[in-house]
Amino acid sequence: MKFLAVCGNGLGTSFMLSLNVNKVLKELNIDGDCKNMDLASAKTEVADYYIGSPEIMDQLQGGGKKTISIVNMVSVAEIKQAIEKHVLGVE
Amino acid sequence: MLSTRLTSELVQFVPEIDSWEKAIKVAAEPLLKKGAIEDKYIEAMIHNVNEFGPYIVLMPKVAMPHARPEDGVKQLGISLMVTEKSVLFNEEKTANIFFVLAANDANNHLVLLQEITEFLSDQEKVDALSVAKNYEDVLKLLGGDLL
Repeated sequence: MKFLAVCGNGLGTSFMLSLNVNKVLKELNIDGDCKNMDLASAKTEVADYYIGSPEIMDQLQGGGKKTISIVNMVSVAEIKQAIEKHVLGVE
Repeated sequence: MLSTRLTSELVQFVPEIDSWEKAIKVAAEPLLKKGAIEDKYIEAMIHNVNEFGPYIVLMPKVAMPHARPEDGVKQLGISLMVTEKSVLFNEEKTANIFFVLAANDANNHLVLLQEITEFLSDQEKVDALSVAKNYEDVLKLLGGDLL
């Protein structure tokens, strides 16, 4: 499963987020990998899930992209809950 | 390491700043003085928020203004500013801790970011940093030694 952490420039925020997403994927035993990318490139990049701050996810909507919004980029708890909900269907 | 890179001249304590644009400017000043960034990098960081929204507010209280290496970074650098009063980005996002990041290529800042991520994952440390009053406080929280 391919995850893409997205931010404006694709080097700061999205990298931090990808570190924690990869940590969570491992914890949840999800076979997947998260890379990070800037918003402009992400628009044409194919991934199973796009993850990032609500402002950035709003700009990625459309084309059937599955997006996951995260408010606290460094909260493993929030990221875990969001991935459980969106990917595993756990409420 | 974060604690060795954040020397005292790169850390500021400010009572209050009335806009996020000014806050980014003031927070980045030590890097400008040091020659790590050019003026246009500050403009790029502000433009970045105007274009993409305040996603640089990574978590409640904490912002990490940054732009791209080609926007005017001369050397890898980071500066820190703590304001007593929170700075408003929009109705939902405010920050009083500013880590300004200047990355001079896509890779060599990653270790630094990893360290910041680890630090920010510890809510107690973030809470303590948001009320830090001096450089010694900061250094203690970052796990460094006073030279």
